[in-house]
Amino acid sequence: MTGIKIDLDIYPDEAALIQGLKRGDPEACACMIKKFAPRVYAIAIRMLNDPNDAEEVLQETFISACKNIHRFEERSALNTWLHRIATNAALMHLRKHKHRELSLDDPIEIQGGDDVYREVRDATLAPDDHAMNSEIRDVLEKAIASLPETLRTVFILREVEGYSTEETANMLGISISATKVRLHRARLRLREILAPYFT
Amino acid sequence: MMNPHNPHASLDTCQEVLIHLNDYIDGELSPELCSELEAHLAVCENCRVVFDTLNKTLYLVHQLRNTPPQLPESVEYRLFVIMNLEEYASRKKGS
Repeated sequence: MTGIKIDLDIYPDEAALIQGLKRGDPEACACMIKKFAPRVYAIAIRMLNDPNDAEEVLQETFISACKNIHRFEERSALNTWLHRIATNAALMHLRKHKHRELSLDDPIEIQGGDDVYREVRDATLAPDDHAMNSEIRDVLEKAIASLPETLRTVFILREVEGYSTEETANMLGISISATKVRLHRARLRLREILAPYFT
Repeated sequence: MMNPHNPHASLDTCQEVLIHLNDYIDGELSPELCSELEAHLAVCENCRVVFDTLNKTLYLVHQLRNTPPQLPESVEYRLFVIMNLEEYASRKKGS
């Protein structure tokens, strides 16, 4: 682990860390940041596509978390709670800077039926042939970044962060069916972008 | 040979197969529709290629979960400062 040196063993488990946070221990706050800030930043930067906005969201998340820790009822893991705060903050940023909105909750329509096939190539390589190297990772990150906001936010929480459809819907304040529609579109769009790399 | 565009009554077009692909990948499709979709994939190369490349795409995306996220040191430093944790911010690894 690089950067600021924090002894993460001060709190033996998450319950102890949360108790420390609720007591207002600075060590607990430092531990929480050291442990969870990288993932919060990763979510924010993928959602916002902007390092400055992502840093603002990161700071807002931890300021809000420390301020409201007494409200945390521990019904979810601490990182899930932080991700929810970060997602809300990121959505606020997106709304502030919104310049266009797509109609994404319409019933799924595959225009012309054949559109999704237009970049179909022969898929001959097994997944193992595409071990994550920096080049493919770069392509993947750019492909995710190119998704429209409403698809991207669902995709990041559901596929990158691994939250369930229901958890994703709750975090974004949208219905499960809207989440599924957006996820479906995001998956197909990403597939179209990446299909040429599977030839 | 089975017509790939009408292998079954319920999933009689590639478009319908595509609509159900998400639920199939998530394991949320009914057993009946699962069987129909698999039968369609067995005879329709276009849908099979979409399914294969979609799986490979998701496989790669899921690899991102296994990659530890990086927080730039300058971003971490400013976060500690704004959280009034300057005392910790001066502690660099190895110091």
